[in-house]
Amino acid sequence: MAEPLDDYIDAVSKALALPVEEAWRPAVRANLEVSLRLGRMVDEFALPDETEPAPIFTA
Amino acid sequence: MTSKPEMTAAGIASAVAARKMSALDATEAALARIKQHDGILNSFTDVTADRARAKARAIDADIAAGKPIGPLAGVPFAVKNLFDVAGLPTRAGSKINRDLAPAKRDATLIERMEAAGAVLVGALNMGEYAYDFTGENVHDGPSRNPHDTTRMTGGSSGGSGSAVGGALVPIALGSDTNGSIRVPSSFCGIFGLKPTYGRLSRARSFPFVASLDHLGPFARSATDLALAYDAMQGPDAEDSACTTRGLEPTLPLLANPVSDLRIAVAGGYFQKNVFPEAVEAVSRVAKALGATDVIDIPEAARARAAAYVITTTEGASLHLDRLRKRPNDFDPAVRDRLIAGAMVPAPLADRAQKFRRWYRAQLAEIFKSVDVLLAPATPCTAPKLGQVNFNLDGVELPVRANIGIHTQPISFIGLPVVAVPVPLEPLPIGVQIIAAPWREDIALRVAYALEKMGVVAAPSPRGI
Repeated sequence: MAEPLDDYIDAVSKALALPVEEAWRPAVRANLEVSLRLGRMVDEFALPDETEPAPIFTA
Repeated sequence: MTSKPEMTAAGIASAVAARKMSALDATEAALARIKQHDGILNSFTDVTADRARAKARAIDADIAAGKPIGPLAGVPFAVKNLFDVAGLPTRAGSKINRDLAPAKRDATLIERMEAAGAVLVGALNMGEYAYDFTGENVHDGPSRNPHDTTRMTGGSSGGSGSAVGGALVPIALGSDTNGSIRVPSSFCGIFGLKPTYGRLSRARSFPFVASLDHLGPFARSATDLALAYDAMQGPDAEDSACTTRGLEPTLPLLANPVSDLRIAVAGGYFQKNVFPEAVEAVSRVAKALGATDVIDIPEAARARAAAYVITTTEGASLHLDRLRKRPNDFDPAVRDRLIAGAMVPAPLADRAQKFRRWYRAQLAEIFKSVDVLLAPATPCTAPKLGQVNFNLDGVELPVRANIGIHTQPISFIGLPVVAVPVPLEPLPIGVQIIAAPWREDIALRVAYALEKMGVVAAPSPRGI
């Protein structure tokens, strides 16, 4: 039975032309679940609209 | 005079300068020790013996001619194999990069170490593309812990930890994106410095996560760490993130008293999910320094989560084309993490970067009232090679995902840290001495004071 993230993995795989062989899928899915869980944790934190990102970080 | 296995860089440089030992003798001693022990430790992937002997002979010729020599004259050192070494392909722990043309020029930090008289003896094993906390590598085999060769070195600078912990060389260089200097320092029982983000040039090293990558030294004493760090400082136009600040030497300040420093223990998040060894190590260090205040760093768990998201997305971006063209040449575990990283929705990565700005401001506020924070470097001593889970208070936790939980929230905002080794039995473990941005001098001073008090020390390797 397909897992909830499988359709998403297929769609992004196609959009990015990034191969995901069937044998890799369980590990990719497991890693993605961790990333999304941690991403949600970041997402839940309210930040002002004016907050600047720090892609070039200055300590 | 011959070079003893655990002779410090300062000791070697002093003996060479005083003509009690030649640079060539010091180099030959390191090469002999590598030959004797690296079959077990597997810390080196390349030994540059001819180059090292030529450099050592040149130093000895300078000394004989009465020319000035540098503060690291005759000191053997080695570098994680993501540093460019002229004549070698920069493999960065991968199979794929072995197809690259040999580097034409050394990394900036190698050039600066050699300008100070140090002698490069080789390149060191590491986790593939630095996406690793274990020191295991499917292509080159695992680097092994010098105190128990059935155990991990920690990663991703595993060979650097093993080579210095095993006293093959007194100094090694590595990189730290989320903990890759501090974790091997902890597991291998040595000193490691992750400087402030942007302090040391990363020019001609293979990147992982540009906004989190740092380079720094490993050593068996705080003095050696300061010697190497001071030799490598300075602006470099070839690394866009490298500071334009001038040199800020730490060696002259090392023995200054620490009694005037405001030192606190990081509480909350940093006291959870830790084994008793980590608690004991922090407690010993705090007691020696008279640190009784406990400060909660707000949202540290979220900081770790944000560092994870930035790492996996930036890492995926870096390797996207290699993932398309050569997916079967990656370590499968690294490949699957990177593919998943490419699939993280962009707004989450952007929010992680915005959160980073907020979190940085919180820490800046904390550092108005303290000079140093103490925290575990790792939640445990070195796990067994291949170990998947550990049991903490009856709960099974995955090893890989938990090794870096205490280092990630600190490098996330680029703070300088010295990892100091607490020589517990049967295995050592590290404590992070965390200072405000650009205050490496303070973290090194505290490390030096702890060493003089006998609280921290690099234990002799017992596994070889």
